[in-house]
Amino acid sequence: MSFVIRGAALPDGSSRDLFVENGAFVADAPNGAQAIDAAGLTALPGLVDLHTHLREPGYEQSETVLTGSRAAAAGGFTVVHAMANTSPVADTAGVVEQVWSLGAQHGYVTVRPIGAVTMGLEGSRLSEIGAMAGSRARVRVFSDDGKCVSDALLMRRALEYVKTFGGVIAQHSQEPRLTEGAQMNEGELSGELGLGGWPAVAEEAIIARDVLLAQHVGARLHICHVSTAGSVDVVRWAKARGIDVTAEVTPHHLLLTEDLARSYDARYKVNPPLRRDEDVQALRGALADGTIDIVATDHAPHPLESKECAWDEASFGMVGLESALRVVQLAMVDSGLLGWSDVARVLSEKPAEIGRVAGYDTASAFAPGTAANLTLLDPSANRVFGIDDLRGKGVNSPYLGRKLPGRIVATIHNGYATVLDGELVDQQEVAANATRYEAGIHSA
Amino acid sequence: MKHLLSTKDLDTATAVGILDVAEDMADVATREIKKLPTLRGKTVINLFFEDSTRTRTSFEVAAKRLSADLINFSAKGSSVSKGEGLKDTAQTLAAMGADAVVIRHAASGAPQVLATSGWIDAAILNAGDGTHEHPTQALLDAFTMRKRIHGAASRGRDLDGVAVTIVGDILHSRVARSNVWLLNTLGATVSLVAPATLLPSHVAEWPVTVGYDLDTAIDASPDVVMMLRIQAERMNAAFFPNTREYSREWGLDDERLARLRPDTMVMHPGPMVRGLEISASAADSSRSTVLEQVANGVSIRMAVLYLLLASEGGAL
Repeated sequence: MSFVIRGAALPDGSSRDLFVENGAFVADAPNGAQAIDAAGLTALPGLVDLHTHLREPGYEQSETVLTGSRAAAAGGFTVVHAMANTSPVADTAGVVEQVWSLGAQHGYVTVRPIGAVTMGLEGSRLSEIGAMAGSRARVRVFSDDGKCVSDALLMRRALEYVKTFGGVIAQHSQEPRLTEGAQMNEGELSGELGLGGWPAVAEEAIIARDVLLAQHVGARLHICHVSTAGSVDVVRWAKARGIDVTAEVTPHHLLLTEDLARSYDARYKVNPPLRRDEDVQALRGALADGTIDIVATDHAPHPLESKECAWDEASFGMVGLESALRVVQLAMVDSGLLGWSDVARVLSEKPAEIGRVAGYDTASAFAPGTAANLTLLDPSANRVFGIDDLRGKGVNSPYLGRKLPGRIVATIHNGYATVLDGELVDQQEVAANATRYEAGIHSA
Repeated sequence: MKHLLSTKDLDTATAVGILDVAEDMADVATREIKKLPTLRGKTVINLFFEDSTRTRTSFEVAAKRLSADLINFSAKGSSVSKGEGLKDTAQTLAAMGADAVVIRHAASGAPQVLATSGWIDAAILNAGDGTHEHPTQALLDAFTMRKRIHGAASRGRDLDGVAVTIVGDILHSRVARSNVWLLNTLGATVSLVAPATLLPSHVAEWPVTVGYDLDTAIDASPDVVMMLRIQAERMNAAFFPNTREYSREWGLDDERLARLRPDTMVMHPGPMVRGLEISASAADSSRSTVLEQVANGVSIRMAVLYLLLASEGGAL
């Protein structure tokens, strides 16, 4: 499968034709290539999500590796990192290899499983980190996401132990005792609405502890879904001290505020919760100045019945893969805080670097010989986000009915198309191309 | 007014209007035949996900005095306890042709979800949701205050300048929230007294004054002291050390009662824990409005049912 992509604007603003053949970018137009008119479109390196819930195995009513991969491709992603809170939990080589191989078989994106830090996410004993790192899934990111590794000694050991395998702990920073019964951001509004408060200090205290632990043991730490202005201050302080810490923010924390809870519409219930406008502004500033390294979706699909109920009874989480790039355009690009090369950094290069995924560094982006992973965005589009824009099983999107800029026109993964003309490519065709690509890699 | 979900939504004219209709309803209770034909043919469902004999019975009496058909749909022992969710219950009641649903639910916002979901077209009446609001309780409290202060000349009056002190577990109290908004709308001044652990986050932003010391509050000579029920299990979650200390610091005991003005009202939404937040003599004193509150509760609930159902969501 080969492509000639004509006239795309690259992230640096320059414009040129891109050629794709046998899974990689090439210097010259291949014969018989499919032409894509990309005039007016922006080419970005394939997006990399460090925080995705694919739900399989165990919660296939919410999402599967296939449906989540399709949602990812529709959003311009070529790599997703699948969180470990499945059933069974991804705490053994067997489970991570299963998820990895399902991803490879379906082919819409590269699925990189995340391993649990502790057995069963129970926070008491380390899971088989070495076995997962050494498995075919080559796990490099470990997280109990959904739960915090709250035991300080266990967190210290985990940080030290993953060093052995070049891994990183991605911490869900939530002091459990301070957030018992928590339903939304703690503040004036939670008091008025009578919803249990999730205080900022419960996040900030864990981040402060963990950056100090990471410094003490000389380990790498990644902080999931930073949501408060105070957390930004702590991360900034840690980076100034030279601590090896990276941080992510979700698209929804860059755009939405706690005021949406007034509706008691459980689509807006998420963990960590939507915060105040001051927090949103601080997070945008931190992403712009590099204090926060990346945007990660925390794509969390849930069945309808988990959201069509009273707020207290609803599940936490929102889907985010299909809307992530459009929300980032709205919150960061259209507001003038980031350029497209910055977007490539925070949604592709840096998350790949944190997850130890090769082939996504800026230097080799679009360069001949590099695996062809890219997405084509029409930044001039501006449409209401609707159910039709969702491609996974979950419809628990907070953006339904909201106008979002941008349209993902095409996504190319390992040299074959997963999205063309804004539509997902057929499942069998993608799977066949994925098999062909794998065979090519192994015969080369 | 299509629904009654919160007192925060009520403007002064609407709130005074409800109290005035309740005056008319109170007159009905003095007749030999305490029944009006107004809501004949209307179906009111008491949908109680939480036990509350007092509030449920009060709505039941109110609906029956207006000749509505009142059906109790208690969650216990029904399909709700077998895992049926709010949506299915609501759609079931809609299919049965409910005109109004009086809902009590442990989750804050559940009545609003019912009112906005499109699952049911009936009028939704919040009879207490989680730690959010309990609007009819606040309305009956305001009615009681107005009646004590203005007597037969109550109609048309608000509570301008009335000083109300609310004491106790503000954090977990839907009664306190509904009262704060409504009393503020009616022109009363509200102060809250509680240990800092039992005050909501950022309470300083509320339209109230906040204090920790009950004796100081009593020395300020309020017109109304409203004591809230304290749940003993709160001490297990470290809100206060034990009931003895709570009672000593924030209980309305005989000594504090004696320092109140003779005309200061002592209110309590019930059920009371005598000896904890309120002494027996305070509860039984002539200052106490506890039984008036119960009687006025029926009038207020009649007024609200009437306004929601008889005036077809029209002028209130």
